[in-house]
This record gives sequence, structure tokens and C-alpha cells, in this order.
Amino acid sequence: MKKIIKYVIADILRNKIVLAYTAFLLVISLSIFNLEDNTSKGLLSLLNTVLIIVPLVCIIFSTIYVYNSSEFIELLVSQPLKRKNIWISLFSGLAGALALAFFVGIGIPILLYIPTGTGLLMLVMGLVLSVIFVAIAMLAAVATRDKAKGIGIAILLWLYFSLLFDGLVLFFLFQFEDYPMEKIMVVISAFNPIDLSRILILLKMDISALMGYTGAIFRDFFGSRSGLIIVSAVLMLWIIIPVWLSLRNFNRKDL
Amino acid sequence: MIIANNVSKKFGRLKALNNISVTCNKGECIALIGPNGSGKTTFIKSILGMVVPDSGFITFNGKNIVHDWLYRQYIGYMPQIGRYPDNMSIGQIFKMMKDIRARGKDIPTDEDLMEAFGLNELLRKRMSTLSGGTRQKVSASLAFLFNPDVLILDEPTAGLDPLASEVLKKKIIDEKVKGKLVLITSHVLSELDDLITQVIYMQDGNLMFHKSLEDLRRDTGEQKLSKAIASVMQKN
Repeated sequence: MKKIIKYVIADILRNKIVLAYTAFLLVISLSIFNLEDNTSKGLLSLLNTVLIIVPLVCIIFSTIYVYNSSEFIELLVSQPLKRKNIWISLFSGLAGALALAFFVGIGIPILLYIPTGTGLLMLVMGLVLSVIFVAIAMLAAVATRDKAKGIGIAILLWLYFSLLFDGLVLFFLFQFEDYPMEKIMVVISAFNPIDLSRILILLKMDISALMGYTGAIFRDFFGSRSGLIIVSAVLMLWIIIPVWLSLRNFNRKDL
Repeated sequence: MIIANNVSKKFGRLKALNNISVTCNKGECIALIGPNGSGKTTFIKSILGMVVPDSGFITFNGKNIVHDWLYRQYIGYMPQIGRYPDNMSIGQIFKMMKDIRARGKDIPTDEDLMEAFGLNELLRKRMSTLSGGTRQKVSASLAFLFNPDVLILDEPTAGLDPLASEVLKKKIIDEKVKGKLVLITSHVLSELDDLITQVIYMQDGNLMFHKSLEDLRRDTGEQKLSKAIASVMQKN
């Protein structure tokens, strides 16, 4: 298994898109930190990059990569290797390489300029989001044989998580505004890893007062130790479930 | 060695394999013959576990191949169209395959074909720059590289120049004499004459017959395989 991961990572790191992505993140984070005197304001600007661009690049790049390595997968499947190992190695290689790109592009500037709790939280969240969206991409890529369709599914999933979900939640809130929704909101937020990360980071930034009564409930839940454990577990599930589903599908797939 | 038992596979509505039962033994050289789309490649891919049959099972050395993967170390497979990662060089592909197959120990490799095809001078070339024929040479060399007990060759000589296909044929005969099982599909029947001992004829996913070459010659009264098969096809 280690051998395959080695070849996958070597292949991805030679890829120009990943290098460009790293450079792009590095330019954004360095320019934000150098232009802004107030580092916590800088962090807020960086938040949107982390929550929008990182998932987008991770999901689309990974989907395309899986489709483009169909030859490589075919070659490996005819060798004495377990399909499970091939798939997990592919996932680990992609997740490792993209997380590394994030770490170099945003993690190192954060560690240099604002090594505070908020900064570290954002670093961890960015890494986790990278891995989660690679996992979702694996699921999108195994769902269909058609590359165009697969990339379409990946883009739709990203749209759903970063735009549509919020719209649906707002719609839901307005429909049921006569009822107490605060606690349900905590549960609903677990269905979107991007929202979950945003809430966690905003709470840490001490601007949760702006979020009103819901913010207080969030603070109460996510601030507690058990809340933090539950959130970590939910984020882990966001990695494990897509990978497991895609693996189940890949094991039965005809190549 | 390889036993297929009532193997069926459907792709949507198309029946690619319909209740195929075949027994292949050591020392045999079997030609899989049939029109395009008759299920030859699907059958080969199900032996390799790349296609999962809907029903029926395949055993390799007495063990069911479902959920097994180690048996593939005894198989050398040459695909119809060899597809390799574009940005790897020939040398890297060979190195990677050795690395994957070695499992911590040094295994003897058979690099005759690599030398005969002159691939050693091309080791630094990237796969994306290779011609179709050179790709085929790489596929063939990889199939024979680990001295496997079973060789599965899907259209081995398609795209090879006459010189290279003679080299490959000689190599196949050498391996057959060593007592290996060789499965070949080909549409160039004239070149199979001096290679094979048995014939499997498939049509529309059905197994029409599985005979030894002598039986086929006797039944049809033709000496040449191409003529024998033509007379069978006419009868159907």
C-alpha cells in the first residue's frame, strides 16, 4: 500500500496545477497579511478563501485526477493487489498532496504571522476540509463512467455545500420562524462541513455576539468539551462515509 | 488450472457472457476466437477480476477468485490496448511493476523480450510519446517479465511490425514448451497455426465449442485453422 501511495504522491507533486494552487494560496495569504495591519481582520478575509476556494479546488482537481488515472488504476487492478488498497492509496495520496499544498500555501503564513488559537483552528479546519472534499470527489468520480458527468456532479456538490445549503437553511428558517429553531440549527449545521468550519472559526473570533440568540446557543454547544468532541466526530464521519461508500462502489466496478 | 463455471455477465441489456464453462490446464495454448463483440475480452477480464461476473464463478488452482487477489501474481496479462500513466517513462513503469510485485524479496525477472524489442535504449522515453507499436512492446514485455505460470494475451500482435511479432511468437512457443498455460485472442488466425493446441470459439457471449486443434481439423477436414474456422462460421 505504501508503495502505491508513493507513486501517486510523486505523480501529483509533479502536476503543475497543484504547484499553481500552492503558489496562488501563498500569494493570497501573504498579500492579506502584509496589507492588513490588524491580523485578526486579515484572518477574516482569509476565512472566505479557505471556505470557498479550498473545497472547490480539492473537489474538482481530485475528480479529474481520478478520471485521468483510469489507465493507472486498470494497470494496478490486473496486478496482485487488493482493490481496497489501490483505492485507499489513491485517496491517501490525493488527500496528502492537497493537504500539503494547503499547509505550504496558507498554513506556513498563518504560523508566521498569527500563531494564535484562531489561526491554528483555521489551519486545522483548512486541512480537514481539504481531506473531506477529496473524499467527496472520490465518491463523485466512482459514481459514473463519463468524465464530463463526473466533473458535473463534483461541481454541483460544491455548489450545494457552499451556496445552496445556506439558501435552503434560510428558506427553512423563514418557513418555521414561529418555532424555536436554535437547537435544530446546531443539528442542521452538521450536514455541511463548510458551515460547521465557518461556525467554529467565527465563534473562536469572538464575533459570535453578532449572531444573536442562535450564536449564543452555538457558543454554548460548540464551546463545551463534549460539543467539540461531537464536532470532531462529525467531521471524521464526513471523511469516512464518502470514502467507504466510494470504496464499496469501486470494489464492484467493472473496469 | 483455470476453471470457469457458468459465468454470465450483462452490460445493461447486452449479454456479454452467457453461461460460459471452460477448463484450462497447464501446458495448453488456447486460442480464444470469435467475431468482434463476442465476449472474448470480457471473459479474459473476468479471469483477471477486472470484470465481476453476475453469476457463476471462476477458480484458479482450485480457489475461487472472488475476494482473492494474490492469484494474480501467477498471471501475466497483456491488454488489447495498453494504457499507462502518461507522464511516466518506460523505465519508471518497469521499476514500479517490479516494486509492486517484489513484495520485499528479489524475484527473478525475465527480460528477454525487453532486450529483443530494444526497449533498453528507450527507458527514458515518456509513455505519452510512444507509438502504438512500442506501447504493445512494453505491454508484452511486462506480461512476460515475472515468469508467470499463466499468460493472457489479448490481441498480442496487433500493431506490431512483422519482426517484432515473430519475436513475440517465438517467445510464446518457448513459454508453452516450459509447460505454461497460454490464452491468446487474435483475429489473425494464420499466425496461430503453429502456436496453439486448443480452440475456444465464442459468438454473442455464448461458448460455441472448445476443442483441441486436431479434433477441429478432423471434424472440418481442413488443415489450416483459418479455413477450419471459416467452415465452422459458415455452418452456423
